[in-house]
Amino acid sequence: MANEVCFRTLHLDEPWTLESYLSVGGYQSLKKILTEKIPAEDIIEQVKTSALRGRGGAGFPTGLKWSFMPRQSEGQKYIVCNSDEGEPGTCKDRDILRYNPHQLIEGMAIAGYCIGADTGYNYIRGEFWEPYSRFDNALKEAREAGYLGDKLFGSDFNFDAHSHLGGGAYICGEETALLESIEGKKGQPRFKPPFPAGFGLYGKPTTINNTETLASIPVIVEKGGQWFLEHGKPNNGGTKLFSVSGNVNRPGNYEIDMGTPFSELLEMCGGMKDGYKLKAVIPGGSSSPVIPGDQMMDVTMDYDSIQAAGSMLGSGAVIILNDKVCMVNALARLSHFYQEESCGQCTPCREGTGWLSHIMHRIEHGHGKQEDIDLLDKVAGDIMGRTICALGEAASMPVKGFLKHYRDEFQYHIDHKKCMVGPGSK
Amino acid sequence: MVTIEINGQQVEAEQGQMLIEAADKAGIAIPRFCYHKNLSISASCRMCLVEVEKAPKPMPACATPVADGMVVNTKSTYALAAQKSVMEFLLINHPLDCPVCDQGGECDLQEFSIGYGSDKSQYAEIKRVVKDKDIGPLIATELTRCIHCTRCVRFGQEIAGMRELGATGRGDWMEIGTYIEKSIDSELSGNIIDLCPVGALTSKVSRFTYRVWELANNDSISAHDCIGSNCNAQTKNGEIKRVISRQNDSINDAWISDRDRYSFEGLQSDDRLTKPMIKKDGAWTEASWDDALQFAVNSLKDIKDKSQIGTVCSPSVTTEEMYLLQKVMRGIGSNNIDHRLRQSDFRGQDQDPLFPGLGMSVADVAAQQAAILIGSNVRKEQPIMGHQLRQASLKGAKISFVNPVSFDANFNVAHEFTIAPSQMFKELKVLAKVALENSSAGAPEGLAALVSSVKVTDEHKQCIAELSDADNSMVILGTIVQAMPNYSAMRILASYIADASNSTLSYLTPGANTSGAYLSGLLPNRTQVAQGEFANTDGLDTQAMFAQKLKAYILYGIEVERDLDNPVQASQALDNADFVVSLSAFVTDAIKAGSDVILPISTITESSGTLINVAGIWQSFNAVSKAKGLSKPGWKVLRVMGNLFNIDGFDYQSSEDVINELKSALALENSQSETSRATNQLVWDCPENISAQTTDIQRIAELSIYNVDAVTRRATALQKTQDAQVDVAKINSALAKKLKLEDAQAVTAKQADNTAQVTISIDNKITDNCVYLSAGNVAASSLGGGFDTIELIPA
Repeated sequence: MANEVCFRTLHLDEPWTLESYLSVGGYQSLKKILTEKIPAEDIIEQVKTSALRGRGGAGFPTGLKWSFMPRQSEGQKYIVCNSDEGEPGTCKDRDILRYNPHQLIEGMAIAGYCIGADTGYNYIRGEFWEPYSRFDNALKEAREAGYLGDKLFGSDFNFDAHSHLGGGAYICGEETALLESIEGKKGQPRFKPPFPAGFGLYGKPTTINNTETLASIPVIVEKGGQWFLEHGKPNNGGTKLFSVSGNVNRPGNYEIDMGTPFSELLEMCGGMKDGYKLKAVIPGGSSSPVIPGDQMMDVTMDYDSIQAAGSMLGSGAVIILNDKVCMVNALARLSHFYQEESCGQCTPCREGTGWLSHIMHRIEHGHGKQEDIDLLDKVAGDIMGRTICALGEAASMPVKGFLKHYRDEFQYHIDHKKCMVGPGSK
Repeated sequence: MVTIEINGQQVEAEQGQMLIEAADKAGIAIPRFCYHKNLSISASCRMCLVEVEKAPKPMPACATPVADGMVVNTKSTYALAAQKSVMEFLLINHPLDCPVCDQGGECDLQEFSIGYGSDKSQYAEIKRVVKDKDIGPLIATELTRCIHCTRCVRFGQEIAGMRELGATGRGDWMEIGTYIEKSIDSELSGNIIDLCPVGALTSKVSRFTYRVWELANNDSISAHDCIGSNCNAQTKNGEIKRVISRQNDSINDAWISDRDRYSFEGLQSDDRLTKPMIKKDGAWTEASWDDALQFAVNSLKDIKDKSQIGTVCSPSVTTEEMYLLQKVMRGIGSNNIDHRLRQSDFRGQDQDPLFPGLGMSVADVAAQQAAILIGSNVRKEQPIMGHQLRQASLKGAKISFVNPVSFDANFNVAHEFTIAPSQMFKELKVLAKVALENSSAGAPEGLAALVSSVKVTDEHKQCIAELSDADNSMVILGTIVQAMPNYSAMRILASYIADASNSTLSYLTPGANTSGAYLSGLLPNRTQVAQGEFANTDGLDTQAMFAQKLKAYILYGIEVERDLDNPVQASQALDNADFVVSLSAFVTDAIKAGSDVILPISTITESSGTLINVAGIWQSFNAVSKAKGLSKPGWKVLRVMGNLFNIDGFDYQSSEDVINELKSALALENSQSETSRATNQLVWDCPENISAQTTDIQRIAELSIYNVDAVTRRATALQKTQDAQVDVAKINSALAKKLKLEDAQAVTAKQADNTAQVTISIDNKITDNCVYLSAGNVAASSLGGGFDTIELIPA
């Protein structure tokens, strides 16, 4: 079963147009809700039943998040879509924006209906110029066709959405940094509490969901929470987009049922490229701990199963590493990324990510010292749990994971001043 | 109240309070860098991480609200591990330059590193280096030392109201700076030095002139505006090296203005007078105190008609000096005593309150819901009052201005009526008319007729409605309106507006001690006769004393050419006099030209004394720094003068004796340090003889921020700031067009027969047909009255 939810227009010519979306039943869920006056509680109940969990990486149950909103209270509220998609390896939201933007708009409108918001913002990653244009065009089409605006489908419900192009910072994928950025400030996470459901965009109650999460909503409304749940496993409902990259024959985005064995996914991708052996998998974007290949072959692709294996499903970015990859080199690159992307606000992350990167650079270039491995472990540990946002964890977890499984390669680098494996040997 | 447990100790805390506040109150020390009780919480340094039972992670004490039954440990292994790791992170990129760092010895990082740091660094990489920025003449940067606590950034945003500093860059390349090179121009900017927990921001004026452990701390009071901000004047070998703020939540919170911080530089000016001097046959010679005093007293005794002696005194000297000065004058038989140097309209003086004050505490201003300021550039005149009004505004207060210039405000201004000085009376009539229309009480006689012809607009209505609707509101008379020709008429209208809208009529007064001057009787029109009672006297006010050209003058703390409304008129009167004695801390050519004897008196910081602020708070202080040369505290000089004149009751042993005598005259106990804030509302007295509205070009004079007193004028660093660049004539582009003048063009400013060379600066904040040429600066010293007509003639 593939391409039934977020990619359901993908088989069409110009799948991003309003016409294409209408041909697969687009905007019918919103119409049904508004014309039949389905109470918001019922929809939230369906979303809870579907076991849809946040597709941005944290995996928080969407229905539960919506129920935190004080939707009966007076005053402005906002729905914000997080299309910042900065996690290395992830490119699924980009393709939703490119190929099925209307479904996201419909999802935002339904979410707005459920939480009592009449305005939505879609924060799009700075580098996504083409997806941004597609989405903006879709907004225009939807507005002209009356799917956005006042008194939708003759109801009392008003809803409009706007897009906001980011400036190219990974940290703006963190939801409160994203809010700051929309407000025109420097993208830095806010200390929580207060949480966005109470004090969000411009200080108003706000729900922030990932692109894929919101784009799944119209289908859940159309086919029911149970239908969606049955595509996955209990507590892990639905289909999921996986962005597979690395040493496989057909890297790309795959929409498959939650709980599909990793081995099947690897097969869909045409198996390992050039016949090399699978060495390791980073299963959920660069911040999730690495899992050795043979262990991964027994894992199914869902939140609980990957967590049991010691990592996270995260954003669904599956990075495949073959046995020619030097793990020291891989981690050095990742650590450099987190040093670049730390916002600099809080001490452990600002100073710690730089330190990690410096040590990794040294080991990678043959200047490592015996005590460096313990030091890496210590610094990573000192960052974790002590920062304002999760970027500290994101930078530390790969270090912890790589050291857990591939300590010998680090030791080899320090002892021999070159790689244990692969073309990267120095 | 909730009860929490910190380190096994039961601590009472208020609901909603943060853990760190509760711990501070209970005396439990938690290390911190970014937290400051007067700034918002950023929770970014992570130094205050503590263990909270049931929390999955260590929690920042600054951002964790207390909850009943919460169990906290600030010293457990778990908490210490977190604190120590943060300390290590902070130190890895911090330079080891403590021996050459100005902050060394008072550095939070240094201090906490003793408790939480390690003696050995595991960090073997190259440390971060950050280029320093030039942010103006006041603050030195050493940004390599910055630990990114962002206190300075938050201060700019929240307190100064100017986002001049920010953090650019990300990660460990984040930098504090201005982004585009520029100076920090806030009038409160120096506070970021006090806030900076490390040596990244230090004082350009003071640094490298001491080690902090060499400094003696001296509680003192700022003497450059009527607020009386509390400060700590730190000295080395009896010389002030640095002034920092001292917390007082009822006055200045944790802040002082740059003027209060940097003016001390003027104390070391070459203009300081160190020995008494006598002019004999046109030549100045140094003299002993005995000779000089005897000469002065004898010369004054020679003036047979004592009503031919007049004294004008700076409003910024101690209450003790003011009290003794008027006592000497009244002892020798003259009531020609005044401290109101820039006032020109004294018609309402018999209605003056006990002292013109706020009618509330300084901090109460922040709790107002509406205010209208008449003739006030509050931000630059009384920066801490500007801060309090800004805090009120941030809480939603509607604050409006009636001013001849659209001064920059650092908060949202509800309504701004920018109007020529000659039109301001009419503008107040409009507001009074609205107040009258809304009022259910009967109108004072003549008011309805007075306001009948003016037209009301919606904005005027809204402005008055905001005052009336507020639970707490003020009508504030600023120093600009107090210097205007129709002040007494405008004040009576302001009083009516305040009355009708149930607001407090408040004054912001010139100098540091106008309250002290009023309370000590340094006025021509009234004197203390019994405990708390006054009698009217018939002395001459400042304006009359110079206009009538008396035979003798005593000038106390005055620079004639810069302190008076009409310097030319005053200089002429001094030239004409038989005898002039100047008691002054400074000597200039102008002082020499106008005087026959000059007696060196101490500045405020060199003498003990008392200042009474605009809220009626008496604040006494000790001498902080050594007297210059042979100069003596003014109260001692006046005591000797009193004795030489054989006046009774000049046997004071200390300045306390003087102030206690005054307190007793005011029916105050010696221990009392607050005067009752009398209601300021006036009895309606329909104004007459309003000077006609002129079609001539009118001057607008404001005593600019760094020209307020002799000490400030000589503070070199302050004189380099943007705010000090006032030797220009500002006109708006309409007037420039009419007069065919261009920006930066040199012109001759002419008032009657007096001229000054100035350059034009085109500024559309100035109202039509007016020239803003501030008072107190050198250019204005050869001109006439501050609000007289003026011509600009191309040079």
